[in-house]
Amino acid sequence: MTAEFTVNLRSPDVSVGTATAMKAVFVRDLKIALRQPQDLLNPLLFFVMVVTLFPLGVSPEVSFLEQAGSGILWVAALLSVLLSLDHLYRHDFDDGTLEQLVLQPQPLFLLVLAKSMAHWVLTGLPLVLLAPVLGVMVHLQGNSVAVLCLTLLIGTPVLSLIGSIGAALTLGLRAAGVLLSLLIIPLYIPVLIFGTGTVMAASEGAPVAGQLALMGAFLVLALTLAPFASAAALRISLSNS
Amino acid sequence: MSEPLLQAVNLECERDDRVLFRDLSFSILPGTLIRVEGPNGSGKTTLLRILAGLNDSYSGDLLWRGQRRDGYREDFLRNMLYLGHRPGIKPLLTPIENLRALMAGRRSVPDKVLWQALEGTGLGGFQAVPCHSLSAGQQRRVALARLLIADEPLWILDEVFTAIDIHGVAALEKLLIERVENGGAIVVTTHHDLRLPAMQRVTLGGGDGYDR
Amino acid sequence: MWQIFHKLGSPKWFFGIASTLMPWLLWVGLALMVAGIGWGLAFAPQDYLQGNSYRIIFIHVPSAFLAQSVYMMMAVAGLVTLVWRMKLADVFVKAVAPVGAVLTFLALFTGAVWGKPTWGTWWIWDARLTSMLILLFLYFGVIALGAAISDEKSSARAVAVLVLVGVVNIPIIKYSVEWWNTLHQPATFKLTEKPSMPAEMWVPLLLSVLGLYLIFGWLTCLRMQTEILVREGRTRWVKELVQAGGN
Repeated sequence: MTAEFTVNLRSPDVSVGTATAMKAVFVRDLKIALRQPQDLLNPLLFFVMVVTLFPLGVSPEVSFLEQAGSGILWVAALLSVLLSLDHLYRHDFDDGTLEQLVLQPQPLFLLVLAKSMAHWVLTGLPLVLLAPVLGVMVHLQGNSVAVLCLTLLIGTPVLSLIGSIGAALTLGLRAAGVLLSLLIIPLYIPVLIFGTGTVMAASEGAPVAGQLALMGAFLVLALTLAPFASAAALRISLSNS
Repeated sequence: MSEPLLQAVNLECERDDRVLFRDLSFSILPGTLIRVEGPNGSGKTTLLRILAGLNDSYSGDLLWRGQRRDGYREDFLRNMLYLGHRPGIKPLLTPIENLRALMAGRRSVPDKVLWQALEGTGLGGFQAVPCHSLSAGQQRRVALARLLIADEPLWILDEVFTAIDIHGVAALEKLLIERVENGGAIVVTTHHDLRLPAMQRVTLGGGDGYDR
Repeated sequence: MWQIFHKLGSPKWFFGIASTLMPWLLWVGLALMVAGIGWGLAFAPQDYLQGNSYRIIFIHVPSAFLAQSVYMMMAVAGLVTLVWRMKLADVFVKAVAPVGAVLTFLALFTGAVWGKPTWGTWWIWDARLTSMLILLFLYFGVIALGAAISDEKSSARAVAVLVLVGVVNIPIIKYSVEWWNTLHQPATFKLTEKPSMPAEMWVPLLLSVLGLYLIFGWLTCLRMQTEILVREGRTRWVKELVQAGGN
């Protein structure tokens, strides 16, 4: 080790725009996740296993599964997102990168939004892609599989955004996982209701554009409000550490 | 005399029913190093986190360049560099990726400069190895590489000499001295015996913390 | 103006005011409750459909009413906590959250008891009962989060964020649950509409609602005073107060 803290480098001061900073946060989270592919796979396996429990635990009858299929898939997706939320900020909190994120000169809620979107790409999106297979296994009929995927596509980002608030609030607490679920499950109920309700309506041949639009409205609301709450919660949790 | 960068006015912090400090006032001027001293548990880290804007459960005022800091948060953050207990290094990323990610939110720095900075902290040859395979001291050096490319006038460094070997400590000391001579302002906590010409002290933990 | 606001937030000032108000709140509240419930149980006419079983509304409706407005009050106090850092607002949220949960439970319980003769079953997944159940979950979340964070200030601020998130969600939850199940009878009475029940029924109902509000006010003052004594135990005025009480 010859050179130690010797060079004093000065670079041209080119300050970074908010969009660049958001992209950097997003890309960094994806990169880290892809270096640990098992962690990505686990929520998906959980999703599949929970869905399997229902035919085994309740009934494998086609008539039951047709009826309950969309609900089963939605509940399983919701639980598997819930399970992955604990990691959203915890590693960053433990290694100190969260402190550096909060101290970046960009608005924190936008950086939080970038992190929530990365979380969705890593957990929600794979669930959406896997859903058709499981949809067939629970005997959802033609059209309703497509509608199910559509509701998951609109609904899972809402789960990530709301979940981010809970993850930020419970950061650094003992038994944060269970507490996080307690806080977040009641807030997930509207998404669950409309997610399953829309698929049920589709299977009965009713028009679903209205419900889908309403879910879209949930998404817009979550996109605009949840990052502010998450950012506030992160500051509080960091203040306390 | 030059204008202070950051001023603490009557700071008071109470934590878990214990007063850590109260009526604490001092100014951080360019070209000075302030060492925050006190026994374990006297609130050194808490004070640094308050100064850095990470902890906002305090009463009193913080003035940034003469104005209340709350209104100038972005300007403050652009001009302040904080290194905490936790180095802010992702174990799964390589040093160069970590440095890139840390700088991404602040300034766009050419990759060449980042490689040189890592070399400058004695990490030459380790730039592309995942950080989890580095030692604790090496991981801290990744974080310290930021000091070589930092242009923020205010540095807040918590236990900056932790896990650094003797050579590293001497070199780092030299870097801090040069920095102060060039007009930088530095606030540090350290158990290392630091002796610098322009050093001021802020001592915490005077009372038992319980009196009112 | 600012000084008045700060004075309003001072625990010591509140302690004094609360002590003066509390007897009034308690006795007037009790009187209204006794009048409302007594009238409702003994003198109000029978319902032509439900007979006497409907009389549980004189407990059910006030507690359901208050359970929801307590959450709203908590949200207002939460906003005050986040914006102005007023100590008293923290104390308020912490003091009333369990009361709100108990009231929600009471509303659910009386709803179930009412359900037995009306629907023939203790529990029905009807829209309003389900909404109340979710409200109870929200209260549980608030209490659990408050208990999990040991530092008072952080705890109060975290809870404030949660309550505000909850309050944005309450209308969405209500709407969703109603969409999910539209089988229930319309709301018993709304302040803006002319009540559909005869005056002999809604006047005692109104009395018991008012009475419960006042008793809630009394209980809140009491709980807040206790909480203030715990928090401010080391200050001079509390020490003096304790000494004066001891002599």
